[in-house]
Amino acid sequence: MANAIEASGLRKQFGPTKALDGLDLTVRSGEVHAFLGPNGAGKTTTIRILLGLLRKDGGEVTLLGGDPWRDATTLHGRLAYVPGDVTLWPGLTGGEIIDLLARLRGGSDDKRRQDLIERFDLDPAKKARAYSKGNRQKVALIAALASDAELLVLDEPTAGLDPLMEATFRDCINAERRDGRTVLLSSHILAEAEALADRVTIIRAGATIETGTLAEMRHLTRTTIDAELSGPLSLSDVPGVHDAVLDGARLRCEVDNAVLTDVLRVLSATGVRTLTCRPPTLEELFLRHYSERPVAAAQP
Amino acid sequence: MNRALAGTRDLVKLALRRDRIMLPAWIYVITIGVTSTAYTFGKLYKTPAERLALVASGESNPALLFLYGRLSGTSVGSLTAWRYGVWAALFAVLMTAFIVIRHTRADEEAGRLELIGSARVGRQAPLAAALLAATLANVVLTVLLCAVLPLAGLPAAGSAALALAIGTCGLAFTGISAVAAQLTTGARAARGIVFAVLGLSFLARAVGDSAGTSGPSWLTWALPLGWTEVLRPFDEPRWWVLVLPVAAFFAGTWCAFALAARRDHGAGLLPDRPGRPEASRALRGPRSLAWRLQWQSLLGWAAGFAFIFAVCGAAAQGIGSLLGTSGALRNEFARLGGQSAIVNAYLAALMLLAGLIAAAFAVSAVLRLRAEETAGRADPLLSGVHGRVQWGLSHLLVALAGTAALLAVAGVATGLGYGLRSNGAVTVGGEVARMLGAGLAELPAAMVIAGVAAAAFGLLPDASVAVGWTVLGLVVAISIFGQSLQLSHWVLDISPFTHVPRLPGGSVSAQPLLWLSVAALALAVVGLAALRRRDIA
Repeated sequence: MANAIEASGLRKQFGPTKALDGLDLTVRSGEVHAFLGPNGAGKTTTIRILLGLLRKDGGEVTLLGGDPWRDATTLHGRLAYVPGDVTLWPGLTGGEIIDLLARLRGGSDDKRRQDLIERFDLDPAKKARAYSKGNRQKVALIAALASDAELLVLDEPTAGLDPLMEATFRDCINAERRDGRTVLLSSHILAEAEALADRVTIIRAGATIETGTLAEMRHLTRTTIDAELSGPLSLSDVPGVHDAVLDGARLRCEVDNAVLTDVLRVLSATGVRTLTCRPPTLEELFLRHYSERPVAAAQP
Repeated sequence: MNRALAGTRDLVKLALRRDRIMLPAWIYVITIGVTSTAYTFGKLYKTPAERLALVASGESNPALLFLYGRLSGTSVGSLTAWRYGVWAALFAVLMTAFIVIRHTRADEEAGRLELIGSARVGRQAPLAAALLAATLANVVLTVLLCAVLPLAGLPAAGSAALALAIGTCGLAFTGISAVAAQLTTGARAARGIVFAVLGLSFLARAVGDSAGTSGPSWLTWALPLGWTEVLRPFDEPRWWVLVLPVAAFFAGTWCAFALAARRDHGAGLLPDRPGRPEASRALRGPRSLAWRLQWQSLLGWAAGFAFIFAVCGAAAQGIGSLLGTSGALRNEFARLGGQSAIVNAYLAALMLLAGLIAAAFAVSAVLRLRAEETAGRADPLLSGVHGRVQWGLSHLLVALAGTAALLAVAGVATGLGYGLRSNGAVTVGGEVARMLGAGLAELPAAMVIAGVAAAAFGLLPDASVAVGWTVLGLVVAISIFGQSLQLSHWVLDISPFTHVPRLPGGSVSAQPLLWLSVAALALAVVGLAALRRRDIA
C-alpha cells in the first residue's frame, strides 16, 4: 500500500460556513507529512474527518486503505492521535491517562512509556487538573509515541511545549521515521515542518493550494539575497528581481531562481564585499500563499 | 472603591450577560409556579369549608406534611404557602447555587478567572460580582412575587411575607454557596456541598414537620428551608424570622471573603494529593472509565439516600401518635383503611420521591456524555478502538446501575428505619424486603427520563442538557403538584411515575413496569443510533 492517507475533493459544511471546500491530501506510507495552514484553514476539520469523528459532505477519503467513517474502530487500532487542544479528565493522574489511552488503542510498550516519561520530564503522579497546557500536551504525546500505531496523527503537537521539549519531540519524530511509521503533522509553526517533514501540504480556506517536497516548492519560488557592495548599482532594469531595497551599500532583494545567473553577474560586476544567498523560509512561502495576490502572479 | 473590589461592576455585567436566558427563566418558572398555584387553589377551594377539608387531610397525613410542610391557617394564601412555599424556596436555592458557583469556582477551574484576574480586577471582585448577581436575582424574584401574588387574589401583606420568605431563603444559600465555592477545587464538588446542605435542610424540615407533637419538631427551625415555613406568611406572620436567613447571608458572605483573601488562585482548602503514577489494571476501556468518572459522585448520592431515607423511614412510626388527636380524624383514617394504609401511603410517597431524585442522578449520568463531548474528552476515546455505541453505552450503564443502586439503598434504608423504630409491630427483614421491591419498582420510570436524555443526546446534542433537565423538571412538577392542582388525566399520564404501582400497599402489576422498560430501552436505542450517525462536537 503506497499511501497511508488519500483524500480528494473533500468538502464539509457547518451551517453556512464552508470548512472544507475541495481539499486534497495525500500522505505516503512511511513519510512525515506536514499539513500547514493558518488558523481556521480546515486542518482540524480534515483530521476529524480522517478519524471518523465528522462525516464528510463530499469527496473521497481513504485512510490506511479503509473508509474512516465506516471502518473507524478497526482503523483506530492502527493509529494514534494527539488533539490540538488536549483536555484531560481532571480527576485522573497523567500516568493513568497515558495507560488508559494506550489500552484504548490496544496496548503499548512499558519500556518506551517509561523512557518517554523521563525524556519529556513529566510527573505522572499529578492529577490532570494541576497540569499546565504543555504538560497536558506531553501526556497525549507520550501516549501516542509509546503506542505501536503505524500512523501518527498529530494536530499542532508542539503548541505549549518549551524549546527543549520541542527538540525532544523532533528527535522522537525522526526516530519514528526511521522505524517506518507514517506521521501526519498539522502545524502553523513552519520551522517545525522545515525541520521534520518529507513532504508538505499547504491549505487555505478549506482547499489545498500547494503540495510536494520543500525542494519542489522552493523550485517555484525565489532566492533571498543579502549583499554588501563596493559600488553603486541599479537593478531596476533586471526582470525577475523583487522588493529590492538599497540602503547605502547594503542590498536586499528577492530573485526568481530563473534569473539568478543574470543577477549574480550584475553584482560581481559592481563588486561584492559580503554575500548571503538563501532559500526562502517557509514563512516567506507562507506569506506569499496567504497574501491577497493569487499564487500564480508571484511567479515569473 | 476598595482596590480588592476593582472591576466588580464590569464582572456583574458580564455575569448578567452570560445568564441572560437562564436567570429570567428560573425567575419566571418560580413566579408562575407560585402564582398559578394560588390562582388554582382560589378557584378549586372556594368556600372555607372546602379548604377546611383539605386542611384536615393535610394536617393528618404525614406524607403531605413531609413533602410540603406544616399548614398554618385555612386561607387560600396559607394553602399556597403550604403547597409551594418550601418548594419555591428550594428552587430559589438551586438558582442561587448555580449562579454563585458558575461565576466563582467553575470559572476558576476552567481557567477563565485567570484571564480576568490578570486585568485590572481586584482579588475579591469575581466573588463580589457573583454574590451581587445572585442577590440581584433573589431581589428581583422577591419584588416580582410581591407584585404578582396579589393579582392572584392573595392579601398584600401575606404575599410580601411569602415573597420575602422565598427570596431570603435564596439569599441565605447565596452565602452558603459562596463558602462552598471557596472550599473545593472543583465546581462539581462545590455544588455537591450546597446540595448536601439543601438536602439536609429539606430533611430537617420534613422530619420536624412530620414527627408529630412528641417528635423533634425543633428540627424545622434548624436550617434555612424550614424558616420559610415557620414565618407563617398568611397567619399572623412572624416577621422577625426573616432575621435568620439575612444573618446567614451575611455570615456566609463574610466567611467566603475571608477564605478567598487567604488562599491561592485555583486552590481550595485542601491541596490535591498525588495519585497513582500508573493506571490500575481495571481502567482499560470506556466502561471502566465511565465508572471511574462517576463512582465518587454516585457514592455521595448513595450516602445521602441512605441517610435521608433511613430518617424518613423512622418517621413513619410517628404517624401513630397523630391518630389519637381527634375523633373526626380517627374516622377519616378508618375510612382510608386504618393506620397501615396511612403508613403505606406515606412510604409510597417516600418511594415516589426516591424515584424522582434517582431520576435526577440518571439524567446527570447520561448528560455526562455531552459534558465529555463538549470538553473534547470524547475525541481521545473515539480515536481508539472502541466505537461510539460502546462509549455511549458506557455512561448509560452507569446511569442504569447507579439509579438501581440508589433506589435499592432508598428502599433498604426506609425499611430499616421503619422496621427498627416500630418496636416489633413489623419485622425488620420483612419491611426491608417489601421496601426494596417498592424502591426498585420506580426504576423503569426513572430510566424513561434517562432515556429521554439519551435520545436528546443523540438527536439534538446542542439542546440535550436543556431537554434532559426540563423534562425532569416537568415530571417532578406533575408528580408532586399534579393531583392537588386537579390536572386532567392526560397531563398526569405524561409522567412515567404516574404509571408505577403505588408501593407498598397498592396492587402490583407487572404490565406497566414492562411497558416503561420497553419505552426506556427504545429511547436509549434511538439515542445510540443517532449518535452513530452524527458529527462529534
